[in-house]
Amino acid sequence: MLNELAHFGLNISLVLAVLGSIVPLIGASLRRTDMMQIAPVFAILQFGLVGFAFAALIIAFVGSDFSLRVVVLNSHTLKPMLYKVAGVWGNHEGSLLLWVLILTMFAACAAWFGRNLPHTLYARVLAVQSAITAAFLLFVLLTSNPFERVSLPPFNGQGLNPLLQDPGLAFHPPFLYLGYVGLSVTYSFAIAALLEGKVDASWGRWVRPWTLAAWIFLTIGIGMGSWWAYYELGWGGFWFWDPVENASFMPWLISTALLHSAIVVEKRESLKAWTILLAILAFGFSLIGTFIVRSGVLTSVHAFASDPMRGAFILYILAFFFGGALLLFAVRAKVMESRGVFAVLSRESALVANNLLLAISCFVVFVGTVWPLIAELIMDRKLSVGPPFFDLAFTPFIVALAVILPIGSTLPWKRAKSRHLTGLWPVALLCLGLVGLAWAMQTGRSLLGPVGLGLAAWLVVGVVVELYQRVGRGAGKIMRLFRLRLADWGKATAHAGLGITIFGVAGLTAWQVEDIRVMQLGETVELAGYSLTLNSVENTKGPNYLTTLSTLELRRNGVLLTELKPERRYYPVAEMPTIEAGIDSAFFRDVYVVVGDQQDNGGFAVRTFVKPLANWIWSGAIIMALGGLISMFDRRYRVAASRRINVKKAAI
Amino acid sequence: MKRSMTIFILCFWGALGSAVEPNELLNDPILETRARVISQALRCTQCRNESIDESNADIAKDLRLLVRRRLVAGDSDTEVVNYVVARYGEYVLLKPNIIGINLVLWLSGPFILLLTLFGLFLLSRKVENCSIAKLTDQEEKKIKDLLLR
Repeated sequence: MLNELAHFGLNISLVLAVLGSIVPLIGASLRRTDMMQIAPVFAILQFGLVGFAFAALIIAFVGSDFSLRVVVLNSHTLKPMLYKVAGVWGNHEGSLLLWVLILTMFAACAAWFGRNLPHTLYARVLAVQSAITAAFLLFVLLTSNPFERVSLPPFNGQGLNPLLQDPGLAFHPPFLYLGYVGLSVTYSFAIAALLEGKVDASWGRWVRPWTLAAWIFLTIGIGMGSWWAYYELGWGGFWFWDPVENASFMPWLISTALLHSAIVVEKRESLKAWTILLAILAFGFSLIGTFIVRSGVLTSVHAFASDPMRGAFILYILAFFFGGALLLFAVRAKVMESRGVFAVLSRESALVANNLLLAISCFVVFVGTVWPLIAELIMDRKLSVGPPFFDLAFTPFIVALAVILPIGSTLPWKRAKSRHLTGLWPVALLCLGLVGLAWAMQTGRSLLGPVGLGLAAWLVVGVVVELYQRVGRGAGKIMRLFRLRLADWGKATAHAGLGITIFGVAGLTAWQVEDIRVMQLGETVELAGYSLTLNSVENTKGPNYLTTLSTLELRRNGVLLTELKPERRYYPVAEMPTIEAGIDSAFFRDVYVVVGDQQDNGGFAVRTFVKPLANWIWSGAIIMALGGLISMFDRRYRVAASRRINVKKAAI
Repeated sequence: MKRSMTIFILCFWGALGSAVEPNELLNDPILETRARVISQALRCTQCRNESIDESNADIAKDLRLLVRRRLVAGDSDTEVVNYVVARYGEYVLLKPNIIGINLVLWLSGPFILLLTLFGLFLLSRKVENCSIAKLTDQEEKKIKDLLLR
């Protein structure tokens, strides 16, 4: 009964979404307040109804209601509670419902926090958001109804893909969706601005918190996914350039560019058309990502639920919202005249360079991702584009970005002089020194490590120098440091986070040590100053799996550091094995052990890695997200609305 | 879904967690390093986007052994790769050849960069001209008058 109510609620919600997109749009162009006023009411009602449906689905999963098809296919009574709940979005139907829930949630948030916006802009933003919701609800109801029943409910379900039964992956999709879908709000703002024919500094200020929120979630989501791949897939890689990973990375790159160009709109009323285009592209790439993951046109390690029919539907949604937006942009972009002129050497130019490099690197990822598809469709050739391509084609742009970042962020707006750069010379020399030192220590090996370290140091020290310059000279420096705006702190934190991630990537790629061998029980292996003893290998049982648990002692200079317990699990319901690596994390390195099959001579295949700076990759991502969060709480976003009213009064 | 699951199981089954098994390794460390580098750039034909160095599928193991046999027989790195490509097609190359139509793939990034830089250059000149030629003769005169006053 509850399920039918939920299904019915989704239908009502669809009707509301369709009405909520048409009526306020008409109202906004006719300047009819009564028609515009239904937008926020409908937005909140949609959120309520979809929220109810989602809650019903969670109840079905938690209570193992095997009369629902999705529950049969993706759950099992023996599964731990956490994964029963996570199972809701561990499949196509449920994850799509989560997607719609987040869409309506953002619409409701926009309805709540945007009350101070100009009426027509407010109505249009909510109407566009409502149109997106309508499209996705239609998609859910027509092709992927989570409340479909089975005629003969079985006694038990078929379980969830064991690889997904992991805390890291349980929360990875919600974060990623919050990011993807958060970009829909910026998209709605962009379309509304195009319809209004007006983009000004206050528009930039309204859009920025939404972009920041989406970006923070995307950063955390991608970081989590990468961390999961690191410890779960068993060879300790952190990024595979897999189509699905790229699908989440492309919106991240574009939204990073958007974050920066929106600052230029806000502060200098320049780059308006470009910022609107980025807002459209960012959500466009989210849709492309959804298409890639769910249509199955591109095979990848972790794409799930592929179905050509669903792919076609997303393609229509993509064509309508992406194509339509671009068309509207082409027609209306002329309206947005930029005001601020700037010199070649200025903060604006640096931000243009940032945007350029991010957009092009995104383009490279995009071409690399779809190239196999193009090759097969047009040239009838089956080929692959893998990590070696991306490493070569993508990295130079990011290196260039990292090189200009500290320079750009210290430049003044509008027009800079070369003397503004002098503060950075000592930093550059220091970093070059570090490169030289690292290179001398490892002559004959790849330059990647030293260059990466140098860049990372350049970023982090650049941030410190910038803060130092901001507080100026004389007494009271510390006090002035505390009086810096939160946006400045956010910027510094996020940039330092990027530096830390680059430290990690460089360290891990250049100085990882690996050992593969057969070990007998009690045998000890020496690797990079560590010694590892295989103590025991035993078979035991987990809540819903069988496991082979190995115990190894990790020592350094004879001192026992820790016991590592790598596992190989077998999930009987899904008939699938998984591995859990044994990892000892420390500030400067991870020791990573995987124990494999028993060999003919009775020993076990043991693969050991020492991974320098591994943790820095994800810590950097967290710090970046934290920077975004700090920035979001900057005073000017909280007072933006009241300031607008004051300006109006002053004008009168 | 079923098929993808089967592929998944094939790839992760068996020698789980230890894609490269100890008994596959060559005794000569230099040859072994070369073998690892080569296998990281070759794709497992059965799996989804994994190199033979990472994959646990049987075919990947066969390919790893094949690469090592060729290396021991004295092939150069390119010869080994060509040998595998001749038998399994260009699909196995994770790094597409930089020839023919693939040039589009490889050069798209740099090409767009140059294009936009050129565009920005034109734009900046236009903006400069605009801002310079903003004052009309009358305005110039007005300013002069004001200054002389």
